[in-house]
Amino acid sequence: MIRKVSQHVNQNEGLIFEKSSPGKKAYRLPPLDVPEIDPGKLLGEHAREDLGLMPEISEIEIIRHFTRLSTWNYAIDLGMYPLGSCTMKYNARVNEFVARLEGLGNAHPYQPEKISQGALAILKLLSECLCEITGMETITLQPAAGAHGEFTGILLIRAYHESKGNPRRKIIIPDSAHGTNPATAAICGYEIINLKSNSEGMVDVSLLAQLVDDTVAGMMLTNPSTIGVFEKDIHRIADLLHDKGAMLYMDGANMNALVGKTRPGDFGVDVMHLNLHKTFSTPHGGGGPGSGPVACKKVFDSFLPTPVLTTRPDGKLGFEYNRPQSIGRVRAFYGNFGMFVRALAYIFANGPDGLRQTTEDAVLNANYIRKKLEGAYELPYKTGSMHEVVFSDRLQTQNGVKTGDIAKRLIDYGFHPYTTSFPLIVPGALMIEPTESESKEELDLFIDAMKSIAREAQEDPQLVVSAPHNTRVARLDETTAARKPTLRWRPEQSEARRPAAVVKPELVETR
Amino acid sequence: MRYLPKSPTDREQMLREIGVSSIDEFFAAIPAEYRLKRDLKVPRQMSESEIIDYFRQRSQENAAGYAVFLGAGAYHHYRPVIIDALVQRGEFLTSYTPYQAEITQGTLQAIFEFQTMICELTGMDIANASMYDGSTGAAEAILMAMRVTGREHSVIAKTVHPEYREVIHTYLHHRGLPMVTVGYAEESGAINLDELDRAITSDAACVLIQSPNFLGSVEDVAAIAEIAHNKGALLVVSIAEALSLGIVKPPAEADIVSLEAQSFGVPLGFGGPYDGVLAAKEKYVRQMPGRLVGETKDKNGKRGYVLTLSTREQHIRREKATSNICTNQALVALMSTIYMDVYGREGLKELATQNLAKAHYAANQFGKKATILFPKAKRFNEFVVQTKQDPHGANDRLLEKKIIGGLPLKRFYPELGNAALWCCTEMNTREQIDAALEAVQA
Repeated sequence: MIRKVSQHVNQNEGLIFEKSSPGKKAYRLPPLDVPEIDPGKLLGEHAREDLGLMPEISEIEIIRHFTRLSTWNYAIDLGMYPLGSCTMKYNARVNEFVARLEGLGNAHPYQPEKISQGALAILKLLSECLCEITGMETITLQPAAGAHGEFTGILLIRAYHESKGNPRRKIIIPDSAHGTNPATAAICGYEIINLKSNSEGMVDVSLLAQLVDDTVAGMMLTNPSTIGVFEKDIHRIADLLHDKGAMLYMDGANMNALVGKTRPGDFGVDVMHLNLHKTFSTPHGGGGPGSGPVACKKVFDSFLPTPVLTTRPDGKLGFEYNRPQSIGRVRAFYGNFGMFVRALAYIFANGPDGLRQTTEDAVLNANYIRKKLEGAYELPYKTGSMHEVVFSDRLQTQNGVKTGDIAKRLIDYGFHPYTTSFPLIVPGALMIEPTESESKEELDLFIDAMKSIAREAQEDPQLVVSAPHNTRVARLDETTAARKPTLRWRPEQSEARRPAAVVKPELVETR
Repeated sequence: MRYLPKSPTDREQMLREIGVSSIDEFFAAIPAEYRLKRDLKVPRQMSESEIIDYFRQRSQENAAGYAVFLGAGAYHHYRPVIIDALVQRGEFLTSYTPYQAEITQGTLQAIFEFQTMICELTGMDIANASMYDGSTGAAEAILMAMRVTGREHSVIAKTVHPEYREVIHTYLHHRGLPMVTVGYAEESGAINLDELDRAITSDAACVLIQSPNFLGSVEDVAAIAEIAHNKGALLVVSIAEALSLGIVKPPAEADIVSLEAQSFGVPLGFGGPYDGVLAAKEKYVRQMPGRLVGETKDKNGKRGYVLTLSTREQHIRREKATSNICTNQALVALMSTIYMDVYGREGLKELATQNLAKAHYAANQFGKKATILFPKAKRFNEFVVQTKQDPHGANDRLLEKKIIGGLPLKRFYPELGNAALWCCTEMNTREQIDAALEAVQA
C-alpha cells in the first residue's frame, strides 16, 4: 500500500526552442535616452549580426515552461529527501526574503566600504558564529562550495608546511571518504595515501600510526564518518598526526551531527570546511550554489586567502589586502555572500538552544530509522549511528535486487531515494540521512515504504528491479547518453522526433 | 524551535521505541572531555520579524537606491521579475543535484537548455552545467588546456580581470605550473600581439585572454587564435560581461570559453553567488570539468535527460578526476536560463545595443573634460577615464549625490595613474550620466 502519493495529471512540455517563433517577445526596453548608435560603425568587424538559435518566446510561455518543468522535480518541499551525506533539510523562506533585500541583494562588490558596512557586519557576525560553532579561531568565507573549501584548506596546510621549509608530499585519506577528498589532494599536488578502514568502518589507528611520518602533510577525515559514526579515537588520531608535525583536516559535510554538542576545534582538528548548503540550510537549488567556509586554528591566520575582513581604527569594517604569506585568492570578490545571509538567518532562527535541538533531532531521526529497519535490511556496521545510518543490500541481492533498484522503487512510494552505493567501504550501500526536518509521521511513512520494498524484493523482485513505474520517464538509457553524447539541442533533433502519440489517460494501480 | 516538526511527546515516544532512555546515549561515542556542556555563544533564538529587522538594518547601512557606474566583473542589469518568481518554486529551490533522473527531469531539461543557449551565444559546441564563477572557471579552463595539450605553461593577458589572475595564480603556483603575463597595447588597450607571440613557447598549453577585457577593449580573437594555434597552444577566452555577446561577435576561434553569466539575471549580491560556465570545442569534452547533461531516451522511447560522462568526475574517478568540483551553481544557472529566454534572440541584441549606446554617449561626454584612455579601442559598455585628480575624491563627491562612480584602477594598474574604470548599462539614465560628469570635472 502506497500511502504518501497518488497519481495525478502532469503536463507535457517540449524544449523551449520548440516553442520559439520569430517576433514573440517577453520584454520591452525603455526608450533609449541617449543618441542612437550604429554597432557596425562602433565595433567594426567585431559586430555580431545574429544570435542564432536563441529562442523568441512570450512571458506566459516562459512561466508555463518552467512551472511545468518544476513539477517534474522532487524536492524537500514535497517530502523527505533522505540523501545520506547531503543533509537535505528544510530551507526556510525567511532566508530567501532577507537575502533579496535591496541593500544586500543589489550591493556591488566594489562599492566603497563606507557604504558597505551592513554587508561587512554580516560577514563579521557569521564568521564569529561559525568559529564559535566549530571551536576554531579564524575563518575564510571565500570558498564557493565544499570541494572548494577542501582545496582552500589543503592549500592552507601546504602553506603552513612551506613556511617551515617543506610542503611535504602526502595526504592520508580513509577509504570511506567522499570522492572530492582525493580529487582535492591531487589538485593541490599531493600524493594520496589510502587508509583502509577497520572492521568497524572506522579509522584503523594502528595502521595510521605506521603511515604517519614527516613526509605526511596531513590527513583528511570526515567526522562523523560517512557511515555516520563518530571517530571515538579522534584525540589519538590528532595526536599521532601532530607528533609528526602533520595536520588534521576535517571534512565538515557531517557537521549536522555535531553542532552544539561538540566542537572540532576542541577535539584536535586544525582546519575544516563547512557546507553552508548542508548544515546551515542554504538551498541546494538542484545542485548549487553552495558555500564552503574554512575555519582553522590561529597558526593558519596569516595564510588565509585575501582579502581578510578587518576592523579599522575608527571602528569601521573593511578588507585588508596586504597579506604577504596568503595562499592568494581562491575566488573573485568575497565568496557567495547571498549564502552568508541565509546561513546567518538560520543561526538566528535557531539560537543556541535550537541548534542543539536540531542536532539531537537529526540524530534521533537516524536512529529511529535504524531501529525500525534493522532486520529488513542488513546493517554492516553495528557501531552507534549519529545523523545517518548505512545499510547494505546483501539480503536483497539474494533475489537479484540491488541498492539502486530499491532506490528507484522508493520513488514509486513518493520519496526521494537515499544515497546509493556510497560509501565505497559498504558494498551495495543504502545511506540514509533523514535530517531533523522530518516529523515522526513522515518517518513512519518512509519506514513503511522501505519495509514494503523489502517484502517486494522477496515476493516479487521483478517489480523492484523494473522500478520506477509511476514516473514521467522510466529508467533512462545512460549508456547511449555517454557513448554518443547529445549535450545540446539542434533543430534536426526535434524534426526527427516522432509525432506525439495520443496517450489515453490511464489509471496506474497504486499498491 | 519552529523548523522542527516534533512535539516533546514525539521525541519521548521515539526514544522509547528505540529503547534508550536519553538522547545523550547517541552522543556517547564523543569522549566526555570534548562534549560541549554549555550553550554556544551565538545570538539567542529570534522570531521571524526580528530576523527581518536585523537584515533590514544591515541593508540600510549598505548603499541602496544609488546610481551605479561600476562594472569590472559585476554588472548592474535589470532583472525581470519572473526570474525570482520561478526560481523560488520549491521544486527548483529545494531539490538536489539531479542524480535520480526520473524525478529531476525539470532541473535536467532546464540545464540542457542552458547548455544549448551558452553554445549558441559563445560559438562553442559544448557547455557544462556551470562552474562556481568566472574566476575559478578561468582557472579550471587553464587546467583543462593542460590536460588536452600535455603542456604546463600558460600565457595570460594582463587585461584579464586582476582578481581572476590572482585566483589562477593560486591554482597554478603551488604545483609549480608557470604562468607569464602579456601586456596591453597603449593605443587600444588590447593585448600586445608582438609581445604575445614572443611569450608563447613550445611549453605553452594555452593563451588566456578576456574579451571585452578588463579595460573595456574588445580583443581580436581571430588574430590571437592564429598566433596561439601556430605554436600548438589552445586559446581560452574569458568573458566577464556576458551581455557583450548580444552585439559582439562570439569567440568562435577559441578552444575553450570561460563565461561569467552574472549579467544574465543574477543579482550583484555583493559578489556572489555568480554563475560561471565553461564551453568548448566538442573534441575536448572528455577533459571538461563539472557536470554535463545529455539527451537520451527511456525504455519506452520517451525523450529524457541525464547527467552524463560522469567518469570524468570526482565521485567516480576520485584523485584522477578532471576536477574536484561537485556542487556547482545550478539555481543561478537557472536564473540565467530564464533571463536568456526572456530577452532571447532579439532582446539580447537590443539590450546590448542600448548598453553600447549609453557607454558611447558617456565616454564622449567624459572625453570633453578628461582623457579617455585607449582611443583606438573597440568597446562594449566600459571605458577608462584618466583625470588630473585622484578619482577617489570625485567618487566621494558623487556619493553625496547618491552616485557610485567608476572603479579607481591604481590598485590593479598603477601605471595608468589617476584612472578609473566606468561602466554604463541600460540602468544608467542620461540624467545620471550628466550628473556624474559634473562631479568629475568639479
